[in-house]
Amino acid sequence: MLSRTASNLFWLARYMERAENLARVIDVASRLATLPSAFAGTSNEWEGAVASAACSDEFFENYEDATRENVIEFLVAHEANPNSIRACIEIARSNARAVRTALTSEMWEVVNDVWLRMQTIKLKDLSGNKLYDFLNEIKDASLQFDGAAYRTMLRTDHFYFERLGMFIERADNTARLLDVKYHVLLPADEPVGGGLDYFQWTSLLRSVSALTSFHWVYRETVKPWLVADFLILRPEQPRSLIAVYAAINQQLNMLAERYGRQGPSQRNARTIHTNLQNAKIRDLFQDGLHEFIASFIDENNKLGKSLAEQYLL
Amino acid sequence: MQIFDEMLGTDGNVREVYSKLSAWFAQASPEVLSSRFSEAEAFFRRIGITFAVYGDAQGTERLIPFDIVPRMIAAKEWAFLTKGLEQRVKAINAFVGDIYGGREILRAGIVPEDLILQNPTFRPEMTQFRPAGGIYAHISGIDIVRIDAETFYVLEDNARTPSGVSYMLENREAMLRLFPELFAQHRILPVDDYPDKLLACMRSVAPKTASREPNVVLLTPGQYNSAYYEHSFLSDKMGIELVEGRDLFVRNSCVYMRTTEGPQRVDVIYRRLDDEYLDPLVFRTDSTLGVPGLMSAYKAGNVTLANAVGTGISDDKAIYSYMPEIIRFYSGEEPILKNVPTWRCRESDSLKHVLDHLPDLVVKEVNGSGGYGMLVGPHASKDELSTFRAKLKAHPEGFIAQPTLALSTVPCFVDAGLAPRHVDLRPFVLSGADRVEIVPGGLTRVAMKAGSLVVNSSQGGGTKDTWVME
Repeated sequence: MLSRTASNLFWLARYMERAENLARVIDVASRLATLPSAFAGTSNEWEGAVASAACSDEFFENYEDATRENVIEFLVAHEANPNSIRACIEIARSNARAVRTALTSEMWEVVNDVWLRMQTIKLKDLSGNKLYDFLNEIKDASLQFDGAAYRTMLRTDHFYFERLGMFIERADNTARLLDVKYHVLLPADEPVGGGLDYFQWTSLLRSVSALTSFHWVYRETVKPWLVADFLILRPEQPRSLIAVYAAINQQLNMLAERYGRQGPSQRNARTIHTNLQNAKIRDLFQDGLHEFIASFIDENNKLGKSLAEQYLL
Repeated sequence: MQIFDEMLGTDGNVREVYSKLSAWFAQASPEVLSSRFSEAEAFFRRIGITFAVYGDAQGTERLIPFDIVPRMIAAKEWAFLTKGLEQRVKAINAFVGDIYGGREILRAGIVPEDLILQNPTFRPEMTQFRPAGGIYAHISGIDIVRIDAETFYVLEDNARTPSGVSYMLENREAMLRLFPELFAQHRILPVDDYPDKLLACMRSVAPKTASREPNVVLLTPGQYNSAYYEHSFLSDKMGIELVEGRDLFVRNSCVYMRTTEGPQRVDVIYRRLDDEYLDPLVFRTDSTLGVPGLMSAYKAGNVTLANAVGTGISDDKAIYSYMPEIIRFYSGEEPILKNVPTWRCRESDSLKHVLDHLPDLVVKEVNGSGGYGMLVGPHASKDELSTFRAKLKAHPEGFIAQPTLALSTVPCFVDAGLAPRHVDLRPFVLSGADRVEIVPGGLTRVAMKAGSLVVNSSQGGGTKDTWVME
């Protein structure tokens, strides 16, 4: 297949996934913001949302304060934000349009519909209940896109590149969510494991639709190291780093089999996966969760680069 | 001027070919019609068939209005049209080959030499180069208008990169969904094998060095081009790669595309990119849409371009007026399809006539397309007339003029029910190494405004499905 086609499929899937993640980030922030101040303390959920979306610098170049209105505006549609939900949908559709021929009509229709919908959204419409409806629409679009791809695409290299885009983005998003929780959300004077902490970890799980499944797996109250274990090392949890990397490995192996050749991206992905398999949550906390996550995000980016060099250029 | 309506003729009696259709629309309730109409709109928006309008800040993409009343062509009429089209397109190919070959038609004094050699569409690079199969205009779109029951005129030839065939195919798709009962009542010739025929045509002109299964690709300027939808649609239906210039490169005078498994040889390029942008080493040096070295590979005979470079010389509006002579010269036959009487403003007698009768005429730029920069005399204001008068005097060689034709009308579904609107027809003619193919149908364009004669989609024109009867 054309390298550009592979690249378009890869980024199409990444940006659909990214849009969903942004919707989840906003959803969690607005849920946290509803907690009484006794539980919420002095922390600023909206600032946390900006940090989760990895765009703090761009945000504070444009705003003084991380208020609800400002953050929603910025994350949903601000022109200065190249990774707003609107921008993600725009880029996703532009990539989709460039590879119309490589998409099934089901996939195209999801992307085109959500793009048409975005054209009609005005920021002032996103107050109160309407915000949840909107965020649900974005999440639904991503779910539908994933489902359409899974159910309608031929299992050829087209499909593998699409999946790789989705999984590499998902790995990045899960890692960032964990990192933000660990460092940004909790005010300095709040004890780790306190009431606020509990609600924040809970909402982190909720943001990845994993609160119920957490209880199924652990049958315990929510504790920081268990949440980290769940989202990093548990293969049963589909958004965990280890699960995502198992999937990445699988896609890359199918590509290598199809093309009859292994390369740097196959080797890099295997290394990352093996390291995750050998990790213990206790060690990760001891050596510093933040350091672990920062290095993971870095490795994940490097995999994206080696994939691009090997196939997409 | 008496206007011929293709359903009602000039006397108001339904013509035979429309009899069942007319009866169906007469019995259909307004509710049924408007619900079918909105279904059609939803269908086109959903599949994303859009059209970009240059210079329109508002919508970079919009739908071309689609009308749900089909345009019918009787079997006899179509037989006549195909004969005329085949004759005309064969003459176009012979003419282009001659211009870049022996130039016999110039020596015979039939077409003035300066009109060719100084024409901006003339490509000296093509001189003495014969493309595979000797075919230049592989795909032609010939615009035809109808004046009365018997008379068809060719309005213009499009032999560069004619567009619109995706609308022919999608319009049929929409009609099949919306009006299955009408298809059951009529015997309508299918058009959906056009992509297969196009692919066969492309393969028939593959270079000799190509493999047994030649690799055909479609070269697009990219997704911001107004016809991008069509490019992706066609490549999809043909099962070929849709490439941009940056996906291709030239090595040792061969063209390759960049794939996830390394370079892959390309044999035939159905290019939807204008000559000027094809190769920055030969044409516009600032073109980022083309492929450096493409012309060298082309002239080495290692890749076929369709259409060939330099076919613009045959569909130039100034050349158009010579088409009857051109057809006679190469075929030895009388032209089957007539030309619209045309005044070449470069000739001083004609210019005088044009200036004297400006309010009655349609004036077109010789190198214009898409209905941009044209004057429709009877609909023009005083100001527009005097601006054009000045333009004509300054650059007479840049214009031709034609009488305002009483284009035929076909009923359209509008707010008030069915109302006549002016139409034209663009059938698509495929010229391969061994045969000429014309799918039974084409793109019927409609001037959606009452009384308007401008059918171009860039000027708010719409489309209809075209039904050729068995």
